[in-house]
Amino acid sequence: MSAEPLLSLKNVKVTFGGVRALKGVSFEVNRGEVHCLAGENGCGKSTLIKVITGVYTPQSDAELYFDGKPIATMTPTLAQSLGIQVIWQDLALFDEMTVAENIGFQYAVNGKYGLVDKRAIEQAAEKALARLGVEIDLDKPLKELPIAQRQIVAIARALVGEARLVFMDEPTASLTQSETDHLIDIVRNLSASGVAVVFVSHRLAEVLEISDRITVLRDGSLVGVFPVEGMTQSRVTELMTGRNFDSAVIAADHDDKPVVLSVRGLSRAGEFEDVSFDLRRGETLGITGLLGAGRTELALTLFGMHRPQSGEILIDGKKVDFHSNRDAIRAGVAYLSEDRLSLGLNQPQSIADNMVMASLDRLLSGGLISPSKKADVVSRWISALGVKIGLPEDPIRTLSGGNQQRVAIAKWLAIGPKILILDAPTVGVDVGARAGIFEIVRKLAAEGLSIIVISDEPPEVYFNTDRVIHMVEGRFHATYDPRCLSLTELEAAIYA
Amino acid sequence: MRRLILGHTTEFTLLVVMVLLCTGLSFATDRFLTISNAFDVLNVSAVNIIFAVGLLVVLISGGIDISFAVAASVVQYVTVLALNALGGGNWAEGFIIAGAVGLGLGFVNAFLVWRLNIISIVATISTFNIFFGLLMFFTKGVSIYDLPEWLSTRVVFYEREMSDGSWVELTLPVVVMILCCLATWFMISRTTVGRKLYAFGDNPEGARRFGINIGAMHYISFGWLGLMAGIAGLMQAHYAQEVVPNALYGRELDVLAATVLGGARLGGGKGSVIGCVLGVLMVSITQNGLNLMGVSPFAFKMIVGAIILIAITLSSTRFDKLLPSALRTSAKKGSAQR
Repeated sequence: MSAEPLLSLKNVKVTFGGVRALKGVSFEVNRGEVHCLAGENGCGKSTLIKVITGVYTPQSDAELYFDGKPIATMTPTLAQSLGIQVIWQDLALFDEMTVAENIGFQYAVNGKYGLVDKRAIEQAAEKALARLGVEIDLDKPLKELPIAQRQIVAIARALVGEARLVFMDEPTASLTQSETDHLIDIVRNLSASGVAVVFVSHRLAEVLEISDRITVLRDGSLVGVFPVEGMTQSRVTELMTGRNFDSAVIAADHDDKPVVLSVRGLSRAGEFEDVSFDLRRGETLGITGLLGAGRTELALTLFGMHRPQSGEILIDGKKVDFHSNRDAIRAGVAYLSEDRLSLGLNQPQSIADNMVMASLDRLLSGGLISPSKKADVVSRWISALGVKIGLPEDPIRTLSGGNQQRVAIAKWLAIGPKILILDAPTVGVDVGARAGIFEIVRKLAAEGLSIIVISDEPPEVYFNTDRVIHMVEGRFHATYDPRCLSLTELEAAIYA
Repeated sequence: MRRLILGHTTEFTLLVVMVLLCTGLSFATDRFLTISNAFDVLNVSAVNIIFAVGLLVVLISGGIDISFAVAASVVQYVTVLALNALGGGNWAEGFIIAGAVGLGLGFVNAFLVWRLNIISIVATISTFNIFFGLLMFFTKGVSIYDLPEWLSTRVVFYEREMSDGSWVELTLPVVVMILCCLATWFMISRTTVGRKLYAFGDNPEGARRFGINIGAMHYISFGWLGLMAGIAGLMQAHYAQEVVPNALYGRELDVLAATVLGGARLGGGKGSVIGCVLGVLMVSITQNGLNLMGVSPFAFKMIVGAIILIAITLSSTRFDKLLPSALRTSAKKGSAQR
């Protein structure tokens, strides 16, 4: 291994419409190393990746070297031919194409004589999936795959060419622990075979587990490059945010409070079976378990999107029968969807419009939406939830993940719910902002709202709920009280 | 085979609906199920199928075009005027002029959509009005009946008299249509350009990050439709043996409906040549059947509209969802046991 870095960037600046996204950043990756790029959302990580892959062009005196050679202008095509591959956070896959066509896309667009070699595409796809040790039906259209499998398709696509440097932008955001472990093995194998991997992740535990070095960015500037040895999660968090966070169990008893939601023997074939629980006023219930354990399906049923096949749901002691989620909303159930980017928020619309999306009928005045009522609701929730925005009229996509999630929560609080279901509320939200989201959850619970938090990550439910239910294959496997066991014990029980 | 059906569910559903329709029509009228009638339907549909495969390419790349039918009228007029000025010309010159003018008009749309960043439906509604307005202004609505001799003479590749006295004819428009279909099929499914068009229509940002030249995608898709529209215009003039400035006006919506019926997705990234052909044929067969049954022509539009609705519903909804719920659960159980 030569001492010369594989990739080297010096003094990179990028400006978007007056906002300086990168303020003179330098970045180096060695051959075959696993390098972590850490920083909160909006710190410039994605912009940096786009500069390296030629999607964005930096100012003219920025320097870029690959393999020791200066690169005057990087383009996506050049990056690919150099063996630089990216697994984008939004995957950038093609929904209407099959799994094979997605994985072998590079072959599809670079065929001999401008022709497509279907055999080559399929062989490449098979080989890439075999390298990952995964089996996915190659002929399936991508749109029929669950998110976790799409993630694997995106990884496989990056491995199809002669990759020398692979960027993984939040590759584990939608993976369960066992899938993540598998991915970490893949990363180690890549690194052992001489491929450098740049790993971007919010999950600091896995970052510390697999990286050799960490580059930390904050606000478009370089904080520093650190060897991973001797690093702790809280130290990295501090470097990323410039602040310190402590965690403590908040679980408390709510037995004296009235039961708001009562679920009795709820079942839906193939999704969940014989689910029963009570949720009291002001109580926060955590539901964890692997992806596919039936958590989201249960939530959608409670929210009236699916109808249970047997069992009953009681709200305030009265049996309810939801025909659609409109009935559920009327009964005071709110559901913050798992896939915020595509389902939860209307990205091109303004912050204000998104915030009142679920509560339009409360803003009516003589049959029309009253601008003053709307402005009241918007300003009330912006200040109550501490959303950092420019103007309420700005498109919501201009906000960071954490602030978008606050708007999504505000959208549901504006209907005045009794029960709030949060499905994976911190996916795509960075560490500093995660704490903020759970502060909101605690405040709402203290005000008497009953909350269900669904999460893949045991620490999230352990530190932020009163009771943790572990779901396995559609059944309630066990219930834990965070006061009676340690986080390690809980994790051991879940991953056993 | 399983793969073929799974990948083309819309096309197969359409085929099934078409077979049912044909079976019904052949019972309703004994003149429907004859070889000569089948060739009639093909001859009548040829121009629309050429339009449809061109439009398909634009739909796949995520755009839409409303202007191609009037563009074809412009092409007809310009081509015939140019040919007369050349002293008559011949088929080769006719195809070159018509193709080039069509391509040029397609590039106008591509320029508006790509360079000026105008959303394609707005851009092409504008060019629809501009093309048609210019044509009517300069021609004052006057038709040309004086076509070059070779253009107005029917070219028949194969003909045979059937035992019942009717004629089976394979004419030039059908042969050209088949060539256009093959060329489009080859371009979209066998070349790298085709893959890029699908990718661009499916996920423009994903395609951009892959380094696909987005500008080229616009010029290729609108250019291809322009070329097809030019050829279709020439074929229509040949078929009608005259050039009437507003003869093709309104054709764009029929073709668009037929193409979408054939499985092309308005959002881009999806669609096939075989689907297009089936979509256009479906509409033609319905009209032909109604004609033979002696239904009032005034009822045609209404019935064709209903058939399109039914076919679209069937191809976008799984069949089991249309069954009553009791039947559905038992059907599901049955399939689960298998």
